[in-house]
Amino acid sequence: MLSISNLSVSVSDKPILKGLSLDVPAGEVHAVMGPNGAGKSTLGYALAGRPNYEVTGGSATWRGEDLLDLEPAERAAKGLYLSFQYPVEIPGVPALTFVRAAINAQRKARGEAEMTAPEFLKAAKAAATALKMDFDMLKRPLNVGFSGGEKKRMEVLQMALLQPSMLILDETDSGLDIDALKVVADGVNALRSPERSMLVITHYQRLLDYIRPDRVHVLAGGRIVASGGPELALELEAEGYDKYLEVA
Amino acid sequence: MTTALDLANPDTFPSRRDEDWKYSDVRRLLRTMPPASPVGVVHGGGPFFEHGGDALTFINGRAVGDDHFTAFGDHVVRLRFVSEASETGHTVTATVGARRNSKLIILESHEGAGSAYVAHNRLTIAAASGAEIVRIVLVDEPADALSITQASVTLGAGATFAQTVLTTGAKLQRFETRVKHPGEGTRVRIDGAYLVEESRHADMTTEVDHVGGNGETDQLTKGVVRDAGRGVFQGRIIVREGADGTDARMGHHALITSDRGEVDAKPELEIYADDVSCAHGNTVGALDESALFYMEQRGIPADEAKVLLTEAFLMEVVDRIGHEGARERVRAWLMERL
Repeated sequence: MLSISNLSVSVSDKPILKGLSLDVPAGEVHAVMGPNGAGKSTLGYALAGRPNYEVTGGSATWRGEDLLDLEPAERAAKGLYLSFQYPVEIPGVPALTFVRAAINAQRKARGEAEMTAPEFLKAAKAAATALKMDFDMLKRPLNVGFSGGEKKRMEVLQMALLQPSMLILDETDSGLDIDALKVVADGVNALRSPERSMLVITHYQRLLDYIRPDRVHVLAGGRIVASGGPELALELEAEGYDKYLEVA
Repeated sequence: MTTALDLANPDTFPSRRDEDWKYSDVRRLLRTMPPASPVGVVHGGGPFFEHGGDALTFINGRAVGDDHFTAFGDHVVRLRFVSEASETGHTVTATVGARRNSKLIILESHEGAGSAYVAHNRLTIAAASGAEIVRIVLVDEPADALSITQASVTLGAGATFAQTVLTTGAKLQRFETRVKHPGEGTRVRIDGAYLVEESRHADMTTEVDHVGGNGETDQLTKGVVRDAGRGVFQGRIIVREGADGTDARMGHHALITSDRGEVDAKPELEIYADDVSCAHGNTVGALDESALFYMEQRGIPADEAKVLLTEAFLMEVVDRIGHEGARERVRAWLMERL
Protein backbone atom coordinates (compact mmCIF):
# COMPACT_ATOMS: atom_id res chain seq x y z
CA MET A 1 0.00 0.00 0.00
CA LEU A 2 1.05 3.58 -0.71
CA SER A 3 0.32 5.65 2.35
CA ILE A 4 0.64 9.43 2.28
CA SER A 5 -0.04 11.25 5.49
CA ASN A 6 -0.32 14.99 6.00
CA LEU A 7 2.27 15.67 3.27
CA SER A 8 3.42 19.25 2.80
CA VAL A 9 5.70 20.24 -0.06
CA SER A 10 7.18 23.57 -1.09
CA VAL A 11 8.73 24.58 -4.36
CA SER A 12 11.07 27.60 -4.19
CA ASP A 13 9.75 28.27 -0.67
CA LYS A 14 6.17 28.41 -1.94
CA PRO A 15 3.89 25.89 -0.22
CA ILE A 16 2.09 23.77 -2.84
CA LEU A 17 0.91 20.69 -0.96
CA LYS A 18 -0.53 21.55 2.42
CA GLY A 19 -1.17 18.42 4.44
CA LEU A 20 -2.23 15.91 1.80
CA SER A 21 -3.34 12.47 2.97
CA LEU A 22 -4.11 9.53 0.72
CA ASP A 23 -3.90 5.73 0.83
CA VAL A 24 -3.72 3.51 -2.25
CA PRO A 25 -4.02 -0.16 -1.25
CA ALA A 26 -2.27 -2.86 -3.27
CA GLY A 27 -4.24 -3.88 -6.36
CA GLU A 28 -6.19 -0.62 -6.56
CA VAL A 29 -6.19 2.20 -9.05
CA HIS A 30 -6.88 5.65 -7.64
CA ALA A 31 -7.41 8.79 -9.65
CA VAL A 32 -6.38 12.23 -8.45
CA MET A 33 -8.28 14.98 -10.22
CA GLY A 34 -8.15 18.67 -9.76
CA PRO A 35 -8.00 22.08 -11.35
CA ASN A 36 -4.83 23.51 -12.85
CA GLY A 37 -2.40 24.65 -10.18
CA ALA A 38 -3.87 22.40 -7.48
CA GLY A 39 -0.54 20.60 -6.98
CA LYS A 40 -1.22 17.40 -8.96
CA SER A 41 2.17 17.24 -10.68
CA THR A 42 3.89 18.34 -7.48
CA LEU A 43 2.48 15.24 -5.77
CA GLY A 44 4.06 12.99 -8.41
CA TYR A 45 7.40 14.79 -8.35
CA ALA A 46 7.58 14.85 -4.55
CA LEU A 47 6.89 11.11 -4.33
CA ALA A 48 9.57 10.46 -6.97
CA GLY A 49 12.08 12.72 -5.20
CA ARG A 50 12.64 15.52 -7.68
CA PRO A 51 15.24 18.05 -6.46
CA ASN A 52 13.78 21.40 -5.35
CA TYR A 53 10.50 19.76 -4.30
CA GLU A 54 11.09 20.22 -0.61
CA VAL A 55 9.08 18.10 1.80
CA THR A 56 8.31 20.32 4.78
CA GLY A 57 6.08 17.93 6.70
CA GLY A 58 4.24 14.62 6.75
CA SER A 59 5.23 11.21 5.46
CA ALA A 60 4.92 8.86 2.50
CA THR A 61 5.52 5.13 2.76
CA TRP A 62 5.41 2.32 0.23
CA ARG A 63 4.86 -1.20 1.58
CA GLY A 64 5.61 0.21 5.02
CA GLU A 65 8.97 1.72 4.02
CA ASP A 66 9.68 5.43 4.21
CA LEU A 67 10.03 6.78 0.67
CA LEU A 68 11.03 10.35 1.38
CA ASP A 69 14.52 9.57 2.74
CA LEU A 70 15.53 7.66 -0.37
CA GLU A 71 17.36 8.91 -3.45
CA PRO A 72 15.19 8.99 -6.61
CA ALA A 73 16.97 5.94 -8.09
CA GLU A 74 16.45 4.01 -4.82
CA ARG A 75 12.74 4.77 -4.94
CA ALA A 76 12.66 3.47 -8.51
CA ALA A 77 14.40 0.27 -7.43
CA LYS A 78 11.69 -0.16 -4.77
CA GLY A 79 9.17 -0.18 -7.61
CA LEU A 80 8.07 3.43 -7.91
CA TYR A 81 7.52 4.65 -11.46
CA LEU A 82 6.47 8.13 -12.49
CA SER A 83 5.15 8.48 -16.02
CA PHE A 84 6.04 12.07 -16.92
CA GLN A 85 3.55 14.55 -18.28
CA TYR A 86 6.41 15.86 -20.44
CA PRO A 87 8.89 13.02 -21.00
CA VAL A 88 12.44 14.34 -21.25
CA GLU A 89 14.63 14.04 -24.34
CA ILE A 90 17.96 12.31 -23.76
CA PRO A 91 20.22 13.21 -26.72
CA GLY A 92 22.81 10.62 -27.70
CA VAL A 93 21.39 7.77 -25.62
CA PRO A 94 19.39 5.29 -27.71
CA ALA A 95 16.07 4.28 -26.11
CA LEU A 96 17.10 0.63 -25.94
CA THR A 97 20.40 1.45 -24.25
CA PHE A 98 18.59 3.67 -21.78
CA VAL A 99 15.91 1.17 -20.80
CA ARG A 100 18.39 -1.68 -20.45
CA ALA A 101 20.63 0.51 -18.25
CA ALA A 102 17.59 1.33 -16.10
CA ILE A 103 16.47 -2.30 -15.76
CA ASN A 104 19.93 -3.48 -14.82
CA ALA A 105 20.56 -0.59 -12.42
CA GLN A 106 17.31 -1.48 -10.62
CA ARG A 107 18.18 -5.17 -10.58
CA LYS A 108 21.64 -4.44 -9.23
CA ALA A 109 20.16 -2.26 -6.46
CA ARG A 110 17.85 -5.14 -5.50
CA GLY A 111 20.70 -7.68 -5.58
CA GLU A 112 19.26 -9.49 -8.61
CA ALA A 113 21.08 -10.85 -11.66
CA GLU A 114 21.32 -8.53 -14.70
CA MET A 115 19.08 -9.09 -17.69
CA THR A 116 21.06 -10.47 -20.62
CA ALA A 117 21.04 -8.74 -24.01
CA PRO A 118 18.99 -11.49 -25.78
CA GLU A 119 16.42 -11.56 -22.93
CA PHE A 120 16.13 -7.81 -23.07
CA LEU A 121 15.75 -7.63 -26.85
CA LYS A 122 13.02 -10.24 -26.79
CA ALA A 123 11.10 -8.39 -24.09
CA ALA A 124 11.56 -5.03 -25.83
CA LYS A 125 10.30 -6.38 -29.15
CA ALA A 126 7.21 -7.85 -27.49
CA ALA A 127 6.49 -4.60 -25.65
CA ALA A 128 6.90 -2.54 -28.82
CA THR A 129 4.53 -4.80 -30.74
CA ALA A 130 1.89 -4.58 -27.98
CA LEU A 131 2.10 -0.77 -28.10
CA LYS A 132 2.06 -0.69 -31.92
CA MET A 133 5.50 0.98 -31.95
CA ASP A 134 8.08 0.63 -34.70
CA PHE A 135 10.97 -1.26 -33.09
CA ASP A 136 13.51 0.79 -35.08
CA MET A 137 12.34 3.86 -33.18
CA LEU A 138 13.86 2.34 -30.05
CA LYS A 139 17.28 2.57 -31.66
CA ARG A 140 17.00 6.35 -31.81
CA PRO A 141 18.02 8.63 -28.94
CA LEU A 142 15.32 8.49 -26.30
CA ASN A 143 12.41 10.84 -27.03
CA VAL A 144 14.52 13.05 -29.33
CA GLY A 145 12.29 14.17 -32.18
CA PHE A 146 9.44 11.91 -30.98
CA SER A 147 5.91 13.28 -31.26
CA GLY A 148 3.89 13.84 -28.08
CA GLY A 149 2.05 10.55 -28.63
CA GLU A 150 5.28 8.64 -29.28
CA LYS A 151 6.77 9.96 -26.06
CA LYS A 152 3.74 8.75 -24.08
CA ARG A 153 3.98 5.32 -25.69
CA MET A 154 7.66 5.28 -24.74
CA GLU A 155 6.65 5.92 -21.12
CA VAL A 156 4.27 2.96 -21.20
CA LEU A 157 6.85 0.79 -22.93
CA GLN A 158 9.32 1.53 -20.14
CA MET A 159 6.63 0.63 -17.59
CA ALA A 160 6.03 -2.67 -19.32
CA LEU A 161 9.74 -3.49 -19.25
CA LEU A 162 10.56 -2.19 -15.78
CA GLN A 163 7.48 -3.83 -14.21
CA PRO A 164 7.13 -1.32 -11.38
CA SER A 165 4.83 -2.05 -8.44
CA MET A 166 3.74 1.54 -7.75
CA LEU A 167 2.78 3.59 -10.80
CA ILE A 168 2.10 7.29 -10.89
CA LEU A 169 0.69 8.48 -14.21
CA ASP A 170 0.93 12.24 -14.58
CA GLU A 171 -1.47 13.49 -17.27
CA THR A 172 -0.71 10.50 -19.44
CA ASP A 173 -3.60 11.37 -21.76
CA SER A 174 -2.36 14.85 -22.67
CA GLY A 175 -1.24 15.10 -26.27
CA LEU A 176 -2.88 11.82 -27.30
CA ASP A 177 -5.55 11.36 -29.93
CA ILE A 178 -8.26 8.83 -29.21
CA ASP A 179 -6.58 5.91 -30.98
CA ALA A 180 -3.28 6.51 -29.22
CA LEU A 181 -5.14 6.91 -25.93
CA LYS A 182 -6.70 3.45 -26.33
CA VAL A 183 -3.31 1.87 -27.06
CA VAL A 184 -1.70 3.57 -24.09
CA ALA A 185 -4.62 2.69 -21.78
CA ASP A 186 -4.44 -0.95 -22.89
CA GLY A 187 -0.76 -0.93 -22.02
CA VAL A 188 -1.47 0.46 -18.57
CA ASN A 189 -4.42 -1.88 -17.97
CA ALA A 190 -2.21 -4.85 -18.85
CA LEU A 191 -0.14 -3.94 -15.79
CA ARG A 192 -3.08 -4.01 -13.38
CA SER A 193 -2.54 -6.74 -10.85
CA PRO A 194 -3.32 -7.54 -7.20
CA GLU A 195 0.22 -6.52 -6.20
CA ARG A 196 0.35 -3.19 -8.03
CA SER A 197 -0.97 0.17 -6.99
CA MET A 198 -1.63 2.98 -9.44
CA LEU A 199 -2.18 6.67 -8.98
CA VAL A 200 -3.65 8.29 -12.08
CA ILE A 201 -3.26 12.06 -12.09
CA THR A 202 -5.52 13.78 -14.58
CA HIS A 203 -7.35 17.00 -15.24
CA TYR A 204 -10.00 15.43 -17.47
CA GLN A 205 -12.32 12.51 -16.93
CA ARG A 206 -11.66 11.16 -20.45
CA LEU A 207 -8.71 8.96 -19.47
CA LEU A 208 -10.79 7.32 -16.74
CA ASP A 209 -13.18 5.88 -19.36
CA TYR A 210 -10.23 3.73 -20.38
CA ILE A 211 -8.35 3.27 -17.12
CA ARG A 212 -11.18 2.69 -14.67
CA PRO A 213 -10.31 3.78 -11.14
CA ASP A 214 -11.46 2.14 -7.92
CA ARG A 215 -11.47 5.49 -6.15
CA VAL A 216 -11.41 9.13 -7.21
CA HIS A 217 -9.94 11.97 -5.14
CA VAL A 218 -10.25 15.67 -5.68
CA LEU A 219 -7.07 17.68 -5.09
CA ALA A 220 -7.58 21.40 -4.59
CA GLY A 221 -5.53 23.97 -2.74
CA GLY A 222 -2.85 21.41 -1.88
CA ARG A 223 -5.17 18.95 -0.10
CA ILE A 224 -7.56 16.11 -0.88
CA VAL A 225 -10.93 17.81 -0.46
CA ALA A 226 -13.27 15.01 -1.58
CA SER A 227 -13.09 11.28 -2.28
CA GLY A 228 -15.56 8.89 -3.81
CA GLY A 229 -16.16 6.12 -6.31
CA PRO A 230 -15.80 6.36 -10.09
CA GLU A 231 -19.03 8.35 -10.26
CA LEU A 232 -17.20 11.31 -8.69
CA ALA A 233 -15.18 11.70 -11.89
CA LEU A 234 -18.37 11.96 -13.96
CA GLU A 235 -19.78 14.50 -11.55
CA LEU A 236 -16.62 16.61 -11.87
CA GLU A 237 -16.81 16.40 -15.65
CA ALA A 238 -20.38 17.69 -15.55
CA GLU A 239 -20.07 20.32 -12.83
CA GLY A 240 -16.41 21.42 -12.93
CA TYR A 241 -14.13 22.15 -9.99
CA ASP A 242 -15.71 25.41 -8.87
CA LYS A 243 -17.30 24.19 -5.69
CA TYR A 244 -14.01 22.63 -4.55
CA LEU A 245 -12.10 25.82 -5.19
CA GLU A 246 -14.36 27.50 -2.63
CA VAL A 247 -13.70 24.71 -0.11
CA ALA A 248 -9.97 24.98 -0.66
CA MET B 1 54.58 36.65 -29.68
CA THR B 2 56.38 37.40 -32.88
CA THR B 3 58.88 34.55 -32.99
CA ALA B 4 58.12 30.86 -32.87
CA LEU B 5 58.27 29.12 -29.53
CA ASP B 6 61.73 27.74 -28.83
CA LEU B 7 62.38 25.99 -25.51
CA ALA B 8 66.02 27.04 -25.73
CA ASN B 9 65.07 30.72 -25.79
CA PRO B 10 62.95 31.96 -22.87
CA ASP B 11 62.29 35.20 -24.74
CA THR B 12 59.99 33.23 -27.03
CA PHE B 13 57.80 31.84 -24.19
CA PRO B 14 54.34 33.28 -24.75
CA SER B 15 52.38 34.93 -21.98
CA ARG B 16 48.79 36.05 -21.58
CA ARG B 17 49.82 39.38 -23.05
CA ASP B 18 50.03 37.62 -26.41
CA GLU B 19 46.47 37.66 -27.71
CA ASP B 20 46.80 34.15 -29.09
CA TRP B 21 47.89 32.82 -25.71
CA LYS B 22 45.72 34.85 -23.36
CA TYR B 23 44.05 31.78 -21.86
CA SER B 24 47.23 29.65 -21.80
CA ASP B 25 49.98 31.59 -20.13
CA VAL B 26 53.18 29.59 -20.61
CA ARG B 27 55.39 32.22 -19.03
CA ARG B 28 53.52 31.99 -15.75
CA LEU B 29 54.70 28.38 -15.44
CA LEU B 30 57.98 28.48 -17.31
CA ARG B 31 60.48 31.32 -17.19
CA THR B 32 63.79 29.65 -17.92
CA MET B 33 64.99 27.03 -20.32
CA PRO B 34 64.30 23.60 -18.81
CA PRO B 35 67.25 21.19 -18.55
CA ALA B 36 67.35 18.76 -21.47
CA SER B 37 65.49 15.48 -21.09
CA PRO B 38 67.65 12.34 -20.93
CA VAL B 39 67.72 9.61 -23.54
CA GLY B 40 64.72 7.36 -23.02
CA VAL B 41 63.62 3.86 -23.88
CA VAL B 42 60.25 3.19 -25.50
CA HIS B 43 58.04 0.59 -23.88
CA GLY B 44 55.12 -1.09 -25.61
CA GLY B 45 53.54 -0.15 -28.88
CA GLY B 46 51.22 2.66 -27.83
CA PRO B 47 47.42 2.85 -27.83
CA PHE B 48 47.13 2.12 -31.55
CA PHE B 49 49.54 -0.83 -31.56
CA GLU B 50 46.93 -3.31 -32.73
CA HIS B 51 46.20 -1.22 -35.83
CA GLY B 52 49.61 -2.06 -37.26
CA GLY B 53 51.17 0.13 -39.92
CA ASP B 54 54.51 1.85 -39.71
CA ALA B 55 55.74 3.54 -36.58
CA LEU B 56 57.29 6.96 -36.29
CA THR B 57 58.33 7.23 -32.68
CA PHE B 58 59.92 9.97 -30.64
CA ILE B 59 61.00 9.67 -27.06
CA ASN B 60 62.07 12.66 -25.03
CA GLY B 61 62.59 14.61 -28.21
CA ARG B 62 64.66 12.04 -30.06
CA ALA B 63 63.53 10.04 -33.04
CA VAL B 64 63.70 6.27 -32.78
CA GLY B 65 64.76 5.78 -36.39
CA ASP B 66 63.32 8.20 -38.94
CA ASP B 67 61.87 11.59 -38.07
CA HIS B 68 59.71 11.80 -41.17
CA PHE B 69 57.26 9.66 -43.09
CA THR B 70 55.89 9.95 -46.60
CA ALA B 71 52.97 7.92 -47.92
CA PHE B 72 52.87 6.86 -51.58
CA GLY B 73 49.87 4.51 -51.63
CA ASP B 74 47.64 3.47 -48.73
CA HIS B 75 49.43 3.74 -45.41
CA VAL B 76 48.85 3.75 -41.70
CA VAL B 77 51.48 5.43 -39.57
CA ARG B 78 51.51 5.33 -35.80
CA LEU B 79 53.01 8.64 -34.79
CA ARG B 80 54.09 8.42 -31.17
CA PHE B 81 55.30 11.27 -29.00
CA VAL B 82 56.53 9.62 -25.84
CA SER B 83 57.65 11.66 -22.85
CA GLU B 84 59.25 9.86 -19.96
CA ALA B 85 60.98 12.60 -18.07
CA SER B 86 60.90 14.55 -14.86
CA GLU B 87 61.42 18.29 -14.62
CA THR B 88 63.24 18.36 -17.96
CA GLY B 89 62.24 19.54 -21.42
CA HIS B 90 62.44 18.35 -24.99
CA THR B 91 61.43 19.36 -28.49
CA VAL B 92 60.39 17.19 -31.39
CA THR B 93 60.36 18.22 -35.03
CA ALA B 94 58.54 15.77 -37.27
CA THR B 95 57.28 15.72 -40.83
CA VAL B 96 54.54 13.60 -42.30
CA GLY B 97 53.35 13.78 -45.89
CA ALA B 98 51.07 12.11 -48.37
CA ARG B 99 51.97 12.11 -52.06
CA ARG B 100 49.50 12.78 -54.84
CA ASN B 101 46.33 10.66 -54.60
CA SER B 102 47.69 8.59 -51.71
CA LYS B 103 45.81 7.83 -48.52
CA LEU B 104 47.42 8.18 -45.12
CA ILE B 105 45.97 7.43 -41.71
CA ILE B 106 47.96 9.03 -38.91
CA LEU B 107 47.26 7.38 -35.56
CA GLU B 108 48.96 9.77 -33.22
CA SER B 109 49.51 9.35 -29.52
CA HIS B 110 51.01 11.58 -26.89
CA GLU B 111 52.10 9.21 -24.16
CA GLY B 112 53.36 10.87 -21.03
CA ALA B 113 55.03 9.26 -18.03
CA GLY B 114 57.15 10.82 -15.34
CA SER B 115 56.31 14.24 -14.03
CA ALA B 116 56.58 17.96 -14.58
CA TYR B 117 58.21 17.66 -17.96
CA VAL B 118 58.00 20.24 -20.71
CA ALA B 119 57.24 18.84 -24.15
CA HIS B 120 57.16 20.84 -27.36
CA ASN B 121 56.14 19.04 -30.54
CA ARG B 122 56.38 20.67 -33.94
CA LEU B 123 54.75 18.76 -36.69
CA THR B 124 54.53 19.52 -40.38
CA ILE B 125 51.83 17.72 -42.34
CA ALA B 126 51.49 18.00 -46.09
CA ALA B 127 48.92 16.41 -48.37
CA ALA B 128 49.55 16.73 -52.09
CA SER B 129 46.65 17.19 -54.47
CA GLY B 130 44.06 14.45 -54.35
CA ALA B 131 45.64 12.94 -51.24
CA GLU B 132 43.59 12.02 -48.19
CA ILE B 133 44.93 12.31 -44.66
CA VAL B 134 43.06 11.15 -41.59
CA ARG B 135 44.67 12.23 -38.33
CA ILE B 136 43.42 10.73 -35.08
CA VAL B 137 45.09 11.86 -31.89
CA LEU B 138 44.92 10.59 -28.31
CA VAL B 139 46.66 12.78 -25.74
CA ASP B 140 47.32 11.27 -22.33
CA GLU B 141 49.71 13.14 -20.09
CA PRO B 142 50.46 13.59 -16.38
CA ALA B 143 48.60 16.28 -14.44
CA ASP B 144 51.80 18.29 -13.87
CA ALA B 145 53.17 18.24 -17.43
CA LEU B 146 53.46 21.27 -19.66
CA SER B 147 52.96 20.32 -23.26
CA ILE B 148 52.54 22.19 -26.49
CA THR B 149 51.91 20.59 -29.86
CA GLN B 150 51.92 22.79 -32.95
CA ALA B 151 50.94 21.28 -36.26
CA SER B 152 51.15 23.10 -39.53
CA VAL B 153 49.08 21.53 -42.30
CA THR B 154 49.33 22.33 -45.99
CA LEU B 155 46.95 20.84 -48.52
CA GLY B 156 46.97 20.52 -52.28
CA ALA B 157 43.93 21.02 -54.47
CA GLY B 158 41.29 18.34 -54.03
CA ALA B 159 42.95 16.95 -50.92
CA THR B 160 41.03 15.81 -47.85
CA PHE B 161 42.14 16.32 -44.28
CA ALA B 162 40.10 14.92 -41.39
CA GLN B 163 41.36 15.37 -37.85
CA THR B 164 40.01 14.25 -34.48
CA VAL B 165 41.88 15.07 -31.28
CA LEU B 166 40.94 13.72 -27.86
CA THR B 167 42.64 14.96 -24.75
CA THR B 168 42.42 14.96 -20.98
CA GLY B 169 44.70 17.98 -20.55
CA ALA B 170 47.74 18.50 -18.34
CA LYS B 171 48.99 21.29 -16.08
CA LEU B 172 49.04 23.35 -19.23
CA GLN B 173 48.42 21.69 -22.51
CA ARG B 174 48.00 23.37 -25.84
CA PHE B 175 47.10 21.55 -29.02
CA GLU B 176 47.44 23.80 -32.02
CA THR B 177 46.53 23.02 -35.62
CA ARG B 178 46.99 25.54 -38.40
CA VAL B 179 45.68 24.61 -41.81
CA LYS B 180 46.41 26.39 -45.05
CA HIS B 181 43.30 25.67 -47.09
CA PRO B 182 43.69 26.08 -50.88
CA GLY B 183 39.98 25.70 -51.67
CA GLU B 184 39.39 24.06 -55.05
CA GLY B 185 37.35 21.16 -53.76
CA THR B 186 39.61 20.54 -50.78
CA ARG B 187 37.74 19.38 -47.72
CA VAL B 188 38.77 19.78 -44.11
CA ARG B 189 37.15 18.30 -41.02
CA ILE B 190 38.81 19.39 -37.82
CA ASP B 191 37.27 17.98 -34.66
CA GLY B 192 38.20 17.67 -31.03
CA ALA B 193 37.00 16.58 -27.62
CA TYR B 194 38.41 17.45 -24.23
CA LEU B 195 37.59 15.94 -20.86
CA VAL B 196 39.39 17.78 -18.08
CA GLU B 197 39.28 17.04 -14.37
CA GLU B 198 40.98 18.20 -11.18
CA SER B 199 43.01 21.28 -12.07
CA ARG B 200 43.97 20.26 -15.59
CA HIS B 201 44.05 22.63 -18.53
CA ALA B 202 43.38 21.71 -22.14
CA ASP B 203 43.67 24.28 -24.93
CA MET B 204 42.47 23.46 -28.41
CA THR B 205 43.52 26.12 -30.83
CA THR B 206 42.86 25.88 -34.54
CA GLU B 207 43.17 28.11 -37.53
CA VAL B 208 41.91 27.27 -40.98
CA ASP B 209 42.96 29.79 -43.60
CA HIS B 210 40.94 29.62 -46.81
CA VAL B 211 43.16 31.21 -49.43
CA GLY B 212 41.29 29.83 -52.46
CA GLY B 213 37.62 29.49 -53.36
CA ASN B 214 35.25 26.54 -53.24
CA GLY B 215 36.75 24.88 -50.19
CA GLU B 216 34.94 23.24 -47.32
CA THR B 217 35.66 23.21 -43.57
CA ASP B 218 33.57 21.42 -40.98
CA GLN B 219 34.62 21.78 -37.35
CA LEU B 220 33.12 20.32 -34.19
CA THR B 221 34.75 20.56 -30.78
CA LYS B 222 33.09 19.37 -27.60
CA GLY B 223 34.35 19.53 -24.07
CA VAL B 224 33.48 18.46 -20.55
CA VAL B 225 35.04 20.18 -17.58
CA ARG B 226 34.89 18.74 -14.08
CA ASP B 227 36.29 19.88 -10.73
CA ALA B 228 38.56 22.92 -11.21
CA GLY B 229 39.47 21.98 -14.77
CA ARG B 230 39.78 24.51 -17.53
CA GLY B 231 38.99 24.10 -21.18
CA VAL B 232 40.08 26.55 -23.85
CA PHE B 233 38.79 26.64 -27.39
CA GLN B 234 40.17 29.09 -29.89
CA GLY B 235 38.90 28.44 -33.37
CA ARG B 236 39.61 30.78 -36.22
CA ILE B 237 38.43 30.40 -39.77
CA ILE B 238 39.75 32.94 -42.24
CA VAL B 239 38.22 33.35 -45.68
CA ARG B 240 40.54 35.48 -47.78
CA GLU B 241 39.47 37.95 -50.40
CA GLY B 242 38.47 36.05 -53.50
CA ALA B 243 37.93 32.74 -51.70
CA ASP B 244 34.32 32.71 -52.93
CA GLY B 245 32.19 29.61 -52.64
CA THR B 246 33.78 28.70 -49.30
CA ASP B 247 31.58 26.59 -47.05
CA ALA B 248 32.69 26.69 -43.42
CA ARG B 249 30.96 25.55 -40.26
CA MET B 250 32.33 25.74 -36.74
CA GLY B 251 30.77 24.40 -33.56
CA HIS B 252 32.09 24.39 -30.01
CA HIS B 253 29.96 23.05 -27.19
CA ALA B 254 31.04 22.50 -23.61
CA LEU B 255 29.58 21.23 -20.37
CA ILE B 256 30.82 22.36 -16.99
CA THR B 257 29.78 19.93 -14.27
CA SER B 258 31.17 21.75 -11.22
CA ASP B 259 31.15 25.22 -9.70
CA ARG B 260 34.89 25.66 -10.10
CA GLY B 261 35.32 24.61 -13.73
CA GLU B 262 36.02 27.14 -16.46
CA VAL B 263 35.70 27.24 -20.21
CA ASP B 264 37.10 30.02 -22.36
CA ALA B 265 35.90 30.00 -25.92
CA LYS B 266 36.96 32.30 -28.72
CA PRO B 267 35.36 31.32 -32.02
CA GLU B 268 36.31 33.67 -34.82
CA LEU B 269 35.20 33.88 -38.42
CA GLU B 270 37.17 36.40 -40.44
CA ILE B 271 35.52 36.74 -43.81
CA TYR B 272 36.89 38.91 -46.58
CA ALA B 273 35.08 37.23 -49.50
CA ASP B 274 31.53 37.99 -50.61
CA ASP B 275 29.94 34.78 -51.73
CA VAL B 276 30.47 32.39 -48.83
CA SER B 277 28.43 30.16 -46.55
CA CYS B 278 29.78 30.34 -43.01
CA ALA B 279 28.21 29.55 -39.66
CA HIS B 280 29.34 29.06 -36.13
CA GLY B 281 27.75 28.02 -32.88
CA ASN B 282 29.16 28.13 -29.39
CA THR B 283 27.47 26.96 -26.20
CA VAL B 284 28.65 26.41 -22.65
CA GLY B 285 26.27 24.94 -20.11
CA ALA B 286 25.66 22.46 -17.33
CA LEU B 287 24.30 18.94 -17.46
CA ASP B 288 20.56 19.02 -18.02
CA GLU B 289 18.98 18.70 -14.55
CA SER B 290 15.66 17.50 -15.90
CA ALA B 291 17.39 14.76 -17.91
CA LEU B 292 19.33 13.71 -14.81
CA PHE B 293 16.17 13.47 -12.72
CA TYR B 294 14.37 11.56 -15.45
CA MET B 295 17.18 9.01 -15.58
CA GLU B 296 17.29 8.69 -11.80
CA GLN B 297 13.54 8.20 -11.71
CA ARG B 298 14.03 5.17 -13.96
CA GLY B 299 16.51 3.72 -11.48
CA ILE B 300 19.84 4.91 -12.86
CA PRO B 301 21.89 6.29 -9.92
CA ALA B 302 22.95 9.94 -10.22
CA ASP B 303 26.67 9.24 -10.82
CA GLU B 304 25.91 6.71 -13.53
CA ALA B 305 23.38 9.05 -15.12
CA LYS B 306 26.01 11.82 -15.28
CA VAL B 307 28.50 9.49 -16.96
CA LEU B 308 25.88 8.37 -19.50
CA LEU B 309 24.98 11.96 -20.38
CA THR B 310 28.65 12.99 -20.59
CA GLU B 311 29.46 10.02 -22.78
CA ALA B 312 26.55 10.76 -25.10
CA PHE B 313 27.64 14.39 -25.33
CA LEU B 314 31.25 13.66 -26.29
CA MET B 315 30.55 10.66 -28.50
CA GLU B 316 29.10 12.91 -31.18
CA VAL B 317 32.71 13.82 -31.98
CA VAL B 318 33.87 10.19 -31.97
CA ASP B 319 30.97 9.14 -34.21
CA ARG B 320 32.31 11.43 -36.95
CA ILE B 321 35.49 9.36 -37.32
CA GLY B 322 35.13 7.49 -40.59
CA HIS B 323 37.76 4.79 -39.94
CA GLU B 324 35.83 2.11 -38.07
CA GLY B 325 38.72 0.39 -36.29
CA ALA B 326 40.20 3.65 -35.05
CA ARG B 327 36.76 4.94 -34.10
CA GLU B 328 36.14 1.96 -31.83
CA ARG B 329 39.61 2.31 -30.29
CA VAL B 330 38.97 5.99 -29.58
CA ARG B 331 35.53 5.19 -28.16
CA ALA B 332 37.04 2.66 -25.77
CA TRP B 333 39.81 5.10 -24.81
CA LEU B 334 37.25 7.75 -23.93
CA MET B 335 34.98 5.34 -22.04
CA GLU B 336 37.90 4.36 -19.81
CA ARG B 337 38.34 8.00 -18.84
CA LEU B 338 34.73 9.06 -18.21
